[in-house]
Amino acid sequence: MIYSKNYECLSKDDLEQLQIERLQATLNRVYEKVSFYKNAFDKNKVNVEKIKALKDIKELPFTTKDDLRKSYPYDMFAVPLRDIIRIHSSSGTSGKPIAVGYTRNDLKNWTHLVARVLTACGISSQDFVQIAFNYSIITAGFGFHYAAEEIGASVIPSSVEDAQKQIMIMKDYKTTALLSTPSYALHIAHILKELNIHPEELSLKIGLFGAEPWSENLRNQIENQLHINAYDNYGISELIGPGVSYECEERNGLHINEDHFIVEVIDTKSLKPLPLGETGELVFTTITKEGLPLIRFRTGDISSLIEEKCKCGRTLIKMKRVSGRTDDMIIIEGANIFPSQIEEILLQIEGIEPHYQIILEREEGKDIMIIKIEVSDSIPFFDELKKLEDFKNSIRDHIYNKLGISVKVLLVEPRTIARSSGNKIKRIIDNRNI
Amino acid sequence: MMLKIRSLDAGYSNLKVLKRISMHVKAGEIVTIIGANGSGKSTLLHAVSGIIKGKSGEIIFKDKQINNYTAEKIVYLGCSLIPEGRQLFPAMTVKENLVLGGYILKSKNKKINLEEEIKKIYTLFPRLEERKNQLSGTLSGGEQQMLAIGRALMSRPDFIMMDEPSIGLAPLVVKEIFKTVVSLRKDGKTILLVEQNAKAALKIADRGYVMETGNIILEGTSEELLNNHDVQRAYLGKDYKNIAER
Repeated sequence: MIYSKNYECLSKDDLEQLQIERLQATLNRVYEKVSFYKNAFDKNKVNVEKIKALKDIKELPFTTKDDLRKSYPYDMFAVPLRDIIRIHSSSGTSGKPIAVGYTRNDLKNWTHLVARVLTACGISSQDFVQIAFNYSIITAGFGFHYAAEEIGASVIPSSVEDAQKQIMIMKDYKTTALLSTPSYALHIAHILKELNIHPEELSLKIGLFGAEPWSENLRNQIENQLHINAYDNYGISELIGPGVSYECEERNGLHINEDHFIVEVIDTKSLKPLPLGETGELVFTTITKEGLPLIRFRTGDISSLIEEKCKCGRTLIKMKRVSGRTDDMIIIEGANIFPSQIEEILLQIEGIEPHYQIILEREEGKDIMIIKIEVSDSIPFFDELKKLEDFKNSIRDHIYNKLGISVKVLLVEPRTIARSSGNKIKRIIDNRNI
Repeated sequence: MMLKIRSLDAGYSNLKVLKRISMHVKAGEIVTIIGANGSGKSTLLHAVSGIIKGKSGEIIFKDKQINNYTAEKIVYLGCSLIPEGRQLFPAMTVKENLVLGGYILKSKNKKINLEEEIKKIYTLFPRLEERKNQLSGTLSGGEQQMLAIGRALMSRPDFIMMDEPSIGLAPLVVKEIFKTVVSLRKDGKTILLVEQNAKAALKIADRGYVMETGNIILEGTSEELLNNHDVQRAYLGKDYKNIAER
């Protein structure tokens, strides 16, 4: 199903018209109302009146997380504070948080955009939607909540109840769609097993996951363990929250809400826009935001764009699933490694959970990567030192073969790696003091 | 798509008024442009109707690039302007004004019976029939506006641009004129309405653009614009206190 055919299926020409109109109006506003942009445009000798076509967007300066941090909390808002009716914040997994203000229209648009996300994965007014995201200053909980209400689903705001309670709700309330982080879904699957509940005893059909990058392998694992179809979606707190891009039933790339966000992919070194299809950093310009409009915001997320006619009927361009972050990139022994690459390998090994942490140490000038991994309860030889040692070595060899780096493997008991309130594991701990 | 404007720069001799304006109107829509005096709203309508020429950018009407078309050719294509202040011929009768409006139609198709066309206008505005032999300069403001609309309709346009139809009219008459605008849309016309009376315009429009000093600074559905506090402050006569008290 398509929530908004009028906008999700626009012809290329009509979409471009809408984008240029909205971009120009946004530029006029930010130049007048946000001193950061007035200074940035003046400094870069950008005359906003010269931005006449979409391709001219490359003349505009970037906005970075750092710019947002420097203007924390309100300096980059484009409306007086009395027009702001809600304030969220980025999750704060890295550095100081960023305050994101929404006007009434921003919230309306947000709800509309997330309603597209829910509809695209088959959620409708017939569904019982259990939202197991933290209802807090971070965006996911409220973003999904209002959109699920908008489409008329029965919304169960289970938030951060513990897994057993989530499962009880799921079973008793006959939840049909679960919204959470992928790792939390896996955790629920795990507890289900512990409680000896077969997934078929539940009514669950759809899983919509996000807020952290996850691999196809992890998708398969979740689908097999929960007997659901799992969908990816992508959001950025600084831009709006969930609702930036989403998978349709084809599950081959995420449609970007281009009528609200103009996307570019740039080379992280030259910062030049890359040709269609090449992999680089995602950059978004908001073209409808009133509270916190952002021009060429560098997300730090790595992906590429796919231009192909999607069978679902949407004409919005697609992006590949995010494969990592520019700031998660680990340079070790001359190689560039993304944690997601390590995850991909770990998931192929039986007996371990994809709950892991990468610790970087420097010993006598040499960088060492330690991978701390939680083992499954089910592993039969947990007490047998020799077998455990072999198991560790095989993981080490696997990683060496695939990525060409030597790592130290550290096996730990289930759920012993510290998680943040959003149930996220800090993937990288860098003790190298580079 | 009825009208599409891409990054249009235009003005009068060396004075640049419009700064890369982009906007569009889809068939069957009522779209409004609101903005203060001198923001460039009328200039935009003059550029579309061919009275002034754009310096750069594109004006596409019914898939044709009309940047260099003459004003009459643009009317010929089905785009009519109802100018600000009506611009009737005051020393001519109501009927004579209507006949002049049918000039293009007659030249398009010799077989057209202008009397029939005028009758249609009289059905829409019975008041004009009552005063058909009266000099248009002696009509009331509301009647003059009706005549200006009637004269524009005589060329059977698909697309009507109205420049401040409410100006100088009593509130009740304004209501009547806006009702007419809505009924024109029901008859299949597409309308671009330029107004300082933002509240009345946004009430009947599907979408709108807000202009300031030759720039479009906001666009959105009428509901979105009515929700926008900048629009409320600048054009709907609400001050900070009203907004805070809501």
